[in-house]
Parts: sequence; C-alpha cells; structure tokens
Amino acid sequence: MRLTQGAFSFLPDLSDAQIRAQIEYCLKSGWAVSVEHTDDPHPRNTYWEMYGMPMFDLKDAAGVMAEIDGCRKTFPEHYVKVNAFDSTHGWESLRLSFLVNRPKNEPEFFLQRTEAAGRNVRYATVRRDVRAR
Amino acid sequence: MGTREEIRPAGETAARYRAGVLKYAQMGYWVPDYEPRDTDVLALFRITPQDGVDPEEAAAAVAGESSTATWTVVWTDRLTACDMYRAKAYKVEPVPGTPGQFFAYIAYDLDLFEPGSIANLTASIIGNVFGFKPLKALRLEDMRLPVAYVKTFDGPPTGIVVERERLDKFGRPLLGATVKPKLGLSGKNYGRVVYEALRGGLDFTKDDENINSQPFMHWRDRFLFCMEAVNRAQAATGEVKGHYLNVTAATMEDMYERAEFARQLGSNIVMIDLVIGYTAIQSMSKWARRNDTILHLHRAGHSTYTRQKTHGVSFRVISKWMRLAGVDHIHAGTVVGKLEGDPNSVQGFYNVLREEHNSVDLQRGLYFEQDWGGLRKVMPVASGGIHAGQMHQLIHYLGEDVVLQFGGGTIGHPMGIAAGATANRVALEAMILARNEGRDLWNEGPQILADAARQCPPLKAALDTWGEITFNYASTDTPDFVPTPSVA
Repeated sequence: MRLTQGAFSFLPDLSDAQIRAQIEYCLKSGWAVSVEHTDDPHPRNTYWEMYGMPMFDLKDAAGVMAEIDGCRKTFPEHYVKVNAFDSTHGWESLRLSFLVNRPKNEPEFFLQRTEAAGRNVRYATVRRDVRAR
Repeated sequence: MGTREEIRPAGETAARYRAGVLKYAQMGYWVPDYEPRDTDVLALFRITPQDGVDPEEAAAAVAGESSTATWTVVWTDRLTACDMYRAKAYKVEPVPGTPGQFFAYIAYDLDLFEPGSIANLTASIIGNVFGFKPLKALRLEDMRLPVAYVKTFDGPPTGIVVERERLDKFGRPLLGATVKPKLGLSGKNYGRVVYEALRGGLDFTKDDENINSQPFMHWRDRFLFCMEAVNRAQAATGEVKGHYLNVTAATMEDMYERAEFARQLGSNIVMIDLVIGYTAIQSMSKWARRNDTILHLHRAGHSTYTRQKTHGVSFRVISKWMRLAGVDHIHAGTVVGKLEGDPNSVQGFYNVLREEHNSVDLQRGLYFEQDWGGLRKVMPVASGGIHAGQMHQLIHYLGEDVVLQFGGGTIGHPMGIAAGATANRVALEAMILARNEGRDLWNEGPQILADAARQCPPLKAALDTWGEITFNYASTDTPDFVPTPSVA
C-alpha cells in the first residue's frame, strides 16, 4: 500500500532537488523545519519520533538536507517526513508536511469490524503484519 | 417625511416629546458630527429612498427602525437613557456610479445587543427595517463588530489550524466532493460513491443540502453506510478521511439525535444547512465543541437575499455572523465555477473568514476594519462547477486554506469515481509543488497540469473531458467604490 499522508504523496517520490526547493520555500517563509521518522504510520499516530529539534536557527537548505540524509541513512526502512512550523500568532502550527522516505515494503492496514447493537459496527484501522504477507 | 426641507434636530426639549409625528432625523437618529466609539456596532446600508425622500432622513429612519424608534413620538422615551439607545446615522454618501442609491453609516451602542446572540443582533439590524415604505430597497453591505462584542461569542469550534492538526494535512487545500445524484440513491449505493471518492484521493465527501431523511434513503441508513465507506477508505490509504453527515432536520431534538449517532459511529465531521436558522446553528456549534466534531455549514438559501446589490444582506455580512456563530466550514464561492461570484467580492468573503484582522479594503467590499479578537478561522469551501483543469486558477484566487469540492468533476470522470478523485489530487499536489518552487501558476498552470497528466492517465482524461469548460457570466454582486488616489 502506498501511504498517502503528506502534501505530495500522489506525485512520484520527490528527488533531492525537489525536496530542496520545498525547503527553500519554507525557509524563505520564515518557518522552522524539522525531520521526523516512524515505523508506525497509523493515521492517528500524531507523534512520530523527532530526529533532533526543529532547526529554528538554520537558514540554509543544505543544512536541512544533511539532516534529512542523516535520518534516512539511520532509518532507511522508516517513513521520514519534513515539517515546517510557523510561529506566527494565530497559526502556531505546521504549514507544510511531506514524506521524504518510505520503507521498501510499505505496511498495510485492514479494517477490523466488531458488530454491535442494531446495525452498528465498531471500526479499528489495524496494521497487517508485513512479515505475514 | 417626503419633502426635502432642512432637517433640524428638535433637541431634548418638551417640544421634542409633544404627541405627534416628527422626522426621524429630528428625533435624534441623524447625528452628522457623531464620532463612532470603539465599542459601537457599525453598519453600512445601501439605501434607495423613494422619490422625494431625502437621503439623510432615509438613513435616520433606518437607524430609528433598527433601534428604538416607532413611527410616532412616545413620551416613554423620557424614562430611558434614550439618547444612548438611539442608533445614529452619522454619514451618508452617494454610491459611486449609481444615481438614487446612498451608503448610510449607522452606529449602535453595544448595550443594544444581547451578548453572544446572532438572533438578537439580527433581530435589531435586519428585523423590521427592510420592509419600510419610504425606501424602495435596502441592503446591509457590511458591519463592524467591536472586539468587545466579538469576545462574547465562542466562534468556530475547531477552526482551520485545529482541523488541519486533526486531519494531519498541511500546506495544500483539502479536497472534497458532493455525492451525486444528490437525490435518489439508496444507502448502499450512496456509500459506494463515498468509498470510491475517498480511496481515490479525496479528503472528504459530502451530503448535499437537501439530503436529510427521504423515502429512498433514511438518515440512519446513510450514516451507517457512509461510515463503513469512510473507515474502509482510511484503512486502504493510511490517511484520515471524513464524510460530512448532514444532520439538518425539522427540530433541534431530531438534529441532536442525528449528530449523536454520527458521533457514536466515529464521524469526525457533521453538517448543517443555513436554512435551519441562526439559533439552531449556534446550538449545533456548542454541540460540536462538546463533541470534538468539525461543523460544516452549507449556505443553502443565501442567494435569495445576498445576490442583488440593491436589496438584502451581503454575503460578507453573513460570513461575519457565521464566524461569530461558530461554524468550521462555510461555502463561500469559487470565482470560476457555475455559481455567482465576482473575484474581488469572493476574496473579501474569504478574508473575513480567514484573517485575524481585516483592514479596510474597498476593492474587496470591506468597508470597515475588523478585529477578530482571537476568534478561530473558518475554512471556506469552494463548490459548484469546478474541475481539475482550473486548479491553477482556484489556487491563484483562493489560496491554500480552502476545501475545493469537485462533485461532478470527480463522480462524472470517464474512468470512474476513484480515477476522478486521483485526477483532482494529482492536479492539486502538482500545482502546490510548483507554486512553492516559485513558478508562475497563472501563466504556467496549463503546462504544469499537462506535465503532471503525462504520468497520470486519470488526470489526462479529466483535462480532455473538461479542460475547456468555463462559466463566464457577468457577476451581479460587485463592490461599488472609487479607487483611492495615491498620495504620491
């Protein structure tokens, strides 16, 4: 399954030049960029692992690219995403978030149903074990 | 009233309160030297007086009839701080280029209004006065809500930022589609459309305004089948998905019951129609706040009073009221689609919904500065006759904090619903990527779409089917203003 989280998941995986252009856009906008990774891409998993702190003082896209590379090399089989934080009053959250690495074998989810009273069903999105496939 | 003789205020004298009829201007509703206070509610009306009625008297009459006045003098005024309670028309000027019409500015003291009540605010401002005989027509163009009043409202239960955090979707417009045909599908078939559109790449699907509980599909069936579809699509993509379940119904009790069932099924969003009324909207806003649910508002019915320039209420005022009342989504125009929408006017609505502070912007129809006092932002929804081939124009006019809804443009795709959804998503992501790279969307847009379509057959099919479709008609609702000459 191709996970479609992040702003650009319906496009072919971005090249380094394309990633760099997006980072330059974020830095030019005054946003702090951060790198996060996970092996648990459940849609409700809000807190991926931080690969260091948001780079508040880094103004150079090359530095961010080095961090991304470091994360991808350390966790080649994890999802890696780039986030851009805007500290402006009234926003104070992410402005952009997109994937820059995927595991070779992406996990799949299946829908677990528990039948309840009437026609009700309780749903859970559950990860299918990759090794079992 | 009726003649153009000079108006002299009668003053707070015994003569002022002698039984009989006075001009509204003489009763104290025309105060040309009045300096509006920061805490006043301000309203701008477009007035079209009957022949022979002078504009200052007409403006005073509007001020009077929308505050304390009645048609004759009443001595009981003297038991009150009546001078404070009288709304004051303080400026009247001709509408540029339209003889016989005038802009009338009116100030209202804050104590005239109940805190946190759109019903009370509107009962004054548009309650009686629109049927007033001395006017041929009357339109409420804009309002300034003082921050002291804004702070008495809860505003949107979720707002743009928290909605994005809940959905984990940042940096691009959200994509939606209304299930079509809007009437007649059974619950099972309806849910099929939801599933296909969501797994194909949309973030949301939507009930239409008039899908409630009809013989072909009762509401519980719709909710059950739609939530099966939402959850299936979520598992198939690993992405948060939603369907706006329309809980509009005959009574508040019915709406609460439907909303409660939606919540129980795990829906992250419910929907209401503007026709349920302001009080019901505020009630549903409180419900949404209590239940962590996004509240979508369809502006069903608004064109009956927003579209004609001479009479009614501008949609920018409705936008302000709805931000106060507290909705998270509101349909606010597409510019390029099939429904009414002058680009400048629509951008004015979007600014009202999305900015923390609106500056005066006559070109976009914003006549007052407006401080939103930290109230959350409303996500505008662009829906009605739009397709993937217009993606660059949509982003150019509407920006990225918007839900773009392609109903026909998804479901009518020649390769099927999921392919239609994919076409829209690919067009959107390609355009945002290019915009961030600094490319000129307005001129390069068609090329960016064509390039993206080379790797995406569904997008190519969408462009081949609808690429040339446009809706070019003159707008009826455009701002009237004289460009301010630059000082230099």
